[in-house]
Amino acid sequence: MEAFTTHTGRSVPLRRSNVDTDQIIPAHWLKKVTRDGFEDGLFEAWRKDPQFVLNQEAYRGATVLVAGPDFGTGSSREHAVWALQNYGFKAVISSRFADIFRGNSLKNGLLTVVLPQETVERLQELAEADPAVEVTVDLVARKVLAPGVEADFALDENARWRLLEGLDDISLTLREESAIAGYEANRPSFKPRTVVA
Amino acid sequence: MGRTLAEKVWDDHVVRRAEGEPDLLFIDLHLLHEVTSPQAFDGLRKAGRQVRRTDLTIATEDHNTPTLDIDKPIADPVSRAQLETLRKNCAEFGVRLHPLGDVEQGVVHVVGPQLGLTQPGTTVVCGDSHTSTHGAFGALAFGIGTSQVEHVLATQTLPLAPFKTMAITVEGELPEGVTAKDLILAIIARIGTGGGQGYVLEYRGSAVEKLSMEARMTVCNMSIEAGARAGMIAPDETTFAYLRGRAHAPEGADWDDAVAYWRTLRTDDDAVFDAEVVIDAAELAPFVTWGTNPGQGAPLSAQVPDPASYEDASERFAAEKALEYMGLTAGQPLREIGVDTVFVGSCTNGRIEDLRSAASVLEGRSVADGVRMLVVPGSVRVALQAVDEGLDKVFTAAGAEWRHAGCSMCLGMNPDQLAPGERSASTSNRNFEGRQGKGGRTHLVSPQVAAATAVLGHLASPADLSDVAVSTPAGV
Repeated sequence: MEAFTTHTGRSVPLRRSNVDTDQIIPAHWLKKVTRDGFEDGLFEAWRKDPQFVLNQEAYRGATVLVAGPDFGTGSSREHAVWALQNYGFKAVISSRFADIFRGNSLKNGLLTVVLPQETVERLQELAEADPAVEVTVDLVARKVLAPGVEADFALDENARWRLLEGLDDISLTLREESAIAGYEANRPSFKPRTVVA
Repeated sequence: MGRTLAEKVWDDHVVRRAEGEPDLLFIDLHLLHEVTSPQAFDGLRKAGRQVRRTDLTIATEDHNTPTLDIDKPIADPVSRAQLETLRKNCAEFGVRLHPLGDVEQGVVHVVGPQLGLTQPGTTVVCGDSHTSTHGAFGALAFGIGTSQVEHVLATQTLPLAPFKTMAITVEGELPEGVTAKDLILAIIARIGTGGGQGYVLEYRGSAVEKLSMEARMTVCNMSIEAGARAGMIAPDETTFAYLRGRAHAPEGADWDDAVAYWRTLRTDDDAVFDAEVVIDAAELAPFVTWGTNPGQGAPLSAQVPDPASYEDASERFAAEKALEYMGLTAGQPLREIGVDTVFVGSCTNGRIEDLRSAASVLEGRSVADGVRMLVVPGSVRVALQAVDEGLDKVFTAAGAEWRHAGCSMCLGMNPDQLAPGERSASTSNRNFEGRQGKGGRTHLVSPQVAAATAVLGHLASPADLSDVAVSTPAGV
């Protein structure tokens, strides 16, 4: 995973609540067997509307998505995270994220930042007033900075450390081999097996 | 202090606990399908890793499979390539697979329980959010992303953040014609699509205890639609009776040991939930959705709500957007909404009791002119059972299409889709924009409401059919 320390870029205001992962990447894109090439599928249905915010020239190249509450609900598809990253987003800010989406994002180095709804709206207003305004998402200091905005955000220390270091979860877990083997040795025999010995 | 059911199952799976770190949990059962696994197997291959426990892993094909002409090569080359990738990966890594055409093939959340693999007190994961279904057995079951699929394949464990607990207590009797689907839709409308965020829900109370295993699966299945980490129901005699004799259920002394353990899996009397919701079963009615998220629902007898009635600005805006997308106007009676398509199936309502329920309403009646009705069994086993009971004949005699098992129109990945502007009554779980096909409009309903809607051509319950004569004797 790519490490995340701090990022500064322009932002896109997405004023919709309950943006589900079917909107982020529709199901027909899920037939692909790679982790890349999803950028054209990002918000595919909404992008057919020329007025949709991502279609506006002023927001081209923006890297921070500032979204409404309950972002990433629904399907567990990690493709939603890949699509956002493939398109160029480095961070998403919202007042609430669905659990599975949040987990997926942090495992891929896409920083999902939870801020109070009024701060999210303030950031959206800034980007609407001037799309050239830059936002800094600083994971080291756990702060979001923009003109007139300095907001602290929380992220559990373990997740933060993994992101800052760009650590691979599987390698970390494999260090626990003896604990896993010990647990396996004591599992009751009535537990189900998919293959009958 | 006592512990809740969820806390007990969690504690029994902790491989390693350390201050400031997420608990590392052992995973008892890992279910795989074609859509969320290819990148995970690729990751293993690149790192030179193996599947740690092939004996706790099983795969099936469901999301992408056609429901017609399954003996012919799959027409869409991209779909075909994805299924072939799963077959190649399972062969290379030694994972048991039930491919299209196999008697155990079906929707992953229907297959696990019917094989007896889903058991009380187990941890169950799958790269699919509806893994919450398995919580009906008192399992801690949740959907994961592809990175976590790879993690479980490699280590049979997952590091997991702590959760909160919420009791959803439903007391009393569900009125006639009110099903598990109506119950869960009403719960989601009550607590909202984000109401369960961070929580494991435990459904309890006399109304829940009276539900069959299949009805319990319907309830737990849609826990994710309330944003929950998982949903659970304490195992009881109904659970044990369902499991006994199934292919992978314990036998002999193991069965006795298992049941003795399973009986301990109840929330202690002095346990405290972080949140509680109480619902009176008697107040429930057939429930349908009008909007574009599963929380936007109302009793069938109600009208499309007026967005202006919402105090919260973002809810108001969401309701406006939903009515615009759905082509509905505030105040319109839900019963007057006409549909083009009716879909019966999915991991929510694709089991045998669901098909019986829909067939009992359709028997001797006909699907309305201009309405297309698809019946897609949740698994090949469910299909065989339905054929054995003659349900397929009831559906086809009524003018419905009897299809092969799979996820089908629930998510519109295979050719079973709505055309732009088409409207469905669907027994599935998500009414998101474009979920069942680009521009398609979805109303979530129970199997009974789906069948009655098919007959009348507009949203309806079986009680509305009293004027529609039954044209053939029962037992066709």
